[in-house]
Amino acid sequence: MNSLGKLPRRTFAKATLGTAVALTALAMTAGSGFAEGTVTIASWGGSYQEAQSKALFEPAAKSTGIEVKQETYGGVSDVRLKVQAGAVPWDIISSGSGSAARAAAEGLLEPLDYNIIDVSTFYPTLKTEHCVGSDVFSTVGAWNTATFGEDGPKSWADFFDVEKFPGKRAYRNKVSGALEPALMADGVAPEDVYKVLDSEEGIKRAIDKIRQLKPHIAVFWKSGAQHAQLMKDGEVDMTTGWNGRFDVAKKDGAKVSYSFNQALLDYDCFAIPKGAKNKDMAMKFLAEISKPELQANLPLHITYGPTNKAAYDLGVIDDALARQMPSHPDNAKLQLPVSLEWYAKWEQKASAMYQDMLTE
Amino acid sequence: MSSISSPANPNETLLKQHAAREKWVLLGLSAPALILVLIVMVLPVGWLFYLSFIGSEGTVSMENYARMLESKSYGRIFVTTFKVSVLTTAICIAIGYPLAYFLSQLPSRAANICMLAVLLPFWTSLLVRTYAWLVLLQRKGLINTWGIEAGLWSEPIALVHNLTGTLIGMVHIMLPFLVLPLYSSMKAIDPDYLKAASNLGAKPSQSFWQVFFPLSLPGLFAGSLIVFVLCLGFFVTPAVLGGGKIIMVSNQITNNIELFFNWGAASALGVVLLVVTLVILYVASKLLPLDNVMGGGH
Repeated sequence: MNSLGKLPRRTFAKATLGTAVALTALAMTAGSGFAEGTVTIASWGGSYQEAQSKALFEPAAKSTGIEVKQETYGGVSDVRLKVQAGAVPWDIISSGSGSAARAAAEGLLEPLDYNIIDVSTFYPTLKTEHCVGSDVFSTVGAWNTATFGEDGPKSWADFFDVEKFPGKRAYRNKVSGALEPALMADGVAPEDVYKVLDSEEGIKRAIDKIRQLKPHIAVFWKSGAQHAQLMKDGEVDMTTGWNGRFDVAKKDGAKVSYSFNQALLDYDCFAIPKGAKNKDMAMKFLAEISKPELQANLPLHITYGPTNKAAYDLGVIDDALARQMPSHPDNAKLQLPVSLEWYAKWEQKASAMYQDMLTE
Repeated sequence: MSSISSPANPNETLLKQHAAREKWVLLGLSAPALILVLIVMVLPVGWLFYLSFIGSEGTVSMENYARMLESKSYGRIFVTTFKVSVLTTAICIAIGYPLAYFLSQLPSRAANICMLAVLLPFWTSLLVRTYAWLVLLQRKGLINTWGIEAGLWSEPIALVHNLTGTLIGMVHIMLPFLVLPLYSSMKAIDPDYLKAASNLGAKPSQSFWQVFFPLSLPGLFAGSLIVFVLCLGFFVTPAVLGGGKIIMVSNQITNNIELFFNWGAASALGVVLLVVTLVILYVASKLLPLDNVMGGGH
C-alpha cells in the first residue's frame, strides 16, 4: 500500500490534498489489478507491528507482488473463535511461540510446507510443524533511568527487593513469563526454575513471592504497548516486559534501560490459521519473509533478533547492533530459555492460581 | 344491575369485538419487533445458557459452575463488580441529582446550553474519554503535576490504576444516563404544586422535600437503574483505569475465553451475572415503585 502510494506523492508533492488522495487511490486500484493475490496478516500492533511492516511485510509485498492487508488481533482465543465459526479473516498470524504451540495442539493451525519455506539456515529450535520463527525476544526487567540512573535492578532479586530499590512496579497480568522471575528472585537457580515449577507447590511458591511484592505493583500490564507506555509516562519505576518495546520507547525519549541478566529467552512466529482463504499465497509470503535478506532488516526497527542465522552474514546488522540482540551469544548465555512443555502442561492450572492472587 | 352485565346488550358485544380486533392489530404491528428481539436477544442468550452446561470434553457437565465455586477469585470478582456498580451509581446520584435540579430550574435557553455540556461528552467515544482520564490522572499526569507545583500535596497521589480511577472514569461516562431521565421527570413536575405548597405556608426546604423530591423519584429510580445495570457489564474502563487489579465480570469473561478451550467457561459467568441481575431487579421492583419507571402499571 505505502509503496504504491509513494510515486504519486513524490511526483505531485505540491498538488492539493484532494488530487493526491485521488491519485493514490487510483494507483492502489491499478496496483491491486496487477497483484499476484492478497494476504491478510494479523499481528500485535504498536511499535512491534510497525517494525514487522517496514522490515518484512512491505519489502515482501514488493518482491512477490502479493498485496498485504494488516490487522491487529487478540491472540489464540480470536483464532479459535474464527476457526470454529468457519470464517477466518486472516491468512497469516503473528504469535508468541507458546500460544502457537497451544493453537497447534488444538488443531487451529495449518501445517507449514517447509519445501516452500526454506528454513535450512534457521536456528533449529525456532520453528515447529505449524509455526515458523519470526524473531527472538526477551522478557526482561526494565527500570526508569530517571529514578535509578544506570544502576537499576539487574537481577530478579533486585526487582523484588523493595528496600534496595524502592518504587512502583508493573508486572504481567497473566501467568506467562510471570512465575520464572519470581522463583529466581526467591533464590532458585535459572536452570532449576522449571524443575521447581513442575508441581503445584512450586507454582504456589512463585505466586507467594509475587503476592509479597503486590503492594508495590501499581499496574498489572496486559500488552507490550502498555508496558512501553508506562515507562514512557514515568508511571512506574520498573516493569517486566519485552526488550524491543523498551528500545523503541527509549528512541522516543523514554528514560528506560534493561538488562539481559536472568531474562527469559523466547521467540515469536508466523502461522497460518486453519481454513485461511489464501493459504497457498500465505505460504509463499512466509517463504519470502523468512529469507535472511528480509530478516536482517528487522533489528534496524526493533531490537528483536532474526531467527534465520544467515541474516547475520549479510553485513546489514553491524556488530554493535548484533550485541543488542537477545539472541547474541553473549546475551543468550545470561538468559533462561522459555519452556513450551511447561506451559503446555501447567498454564491453565497456574493461571487459575495467578487469578486468585490478582483478585485478592 | 343484571341488565348492565347482560351479554345481550348489543353494544357490549360490538365493543368486545372491536377490542379483540385491536389486540390482533397491535400484535401484528409489534410482530417485527418481537421477532427481532427473539432472534438477536432470546435465542443467543438461550444458546449461551445451553453452552454454559457444556464441559471441556464437549459433554453436558456442571464443570463451568463447579469451577466458580472452587476458585475463590470468582466470588471476589462478583463482589468487585457489584461494589464498583453500587459506588458508581451512588456517586452519580450525589452529583447528578443537584445537577439535574439546577438544570430544571434554569430558563429553557440556558438549560439547553448547559444540557449540551452534559451531552457533549456523551457523544464522545468511551475509549477516548477513558484514555483521556489516564493522561490526566496518572502519576506524572496533569492533576498530580499541577497539584504538586501548586503545593497542594507533595507526593503524587495514586488516582489511577486502582478503584479511584475506575470510579472517576465510570462516573464520568454514566452521569448522562442518570441526568437525562431525571431532568425530564423534573421538568414534568408542575411548578404550581410548589407554589401551592408555599401558599399553604411551607418553607422552601419543606416544599422541596415534601413535594418536589417525591415527584422526582420515578426519574431518579429510572436513571439509577440504567446506570447500575450498565455498570454491571462494564469492560473498557476498569480494564484501562483499574491497573489490572479491578477485575469485573466482563473482564473475567474475556480471560476465560482466552484461557479455556470452550465457550462454556465464559458463558457460565454471563449466566450467573444475568441471573443475579434479574434477581436484583425483581427485588428492587418489589421495594421501589418501578412500575412508574418502566412506564407500565396503569
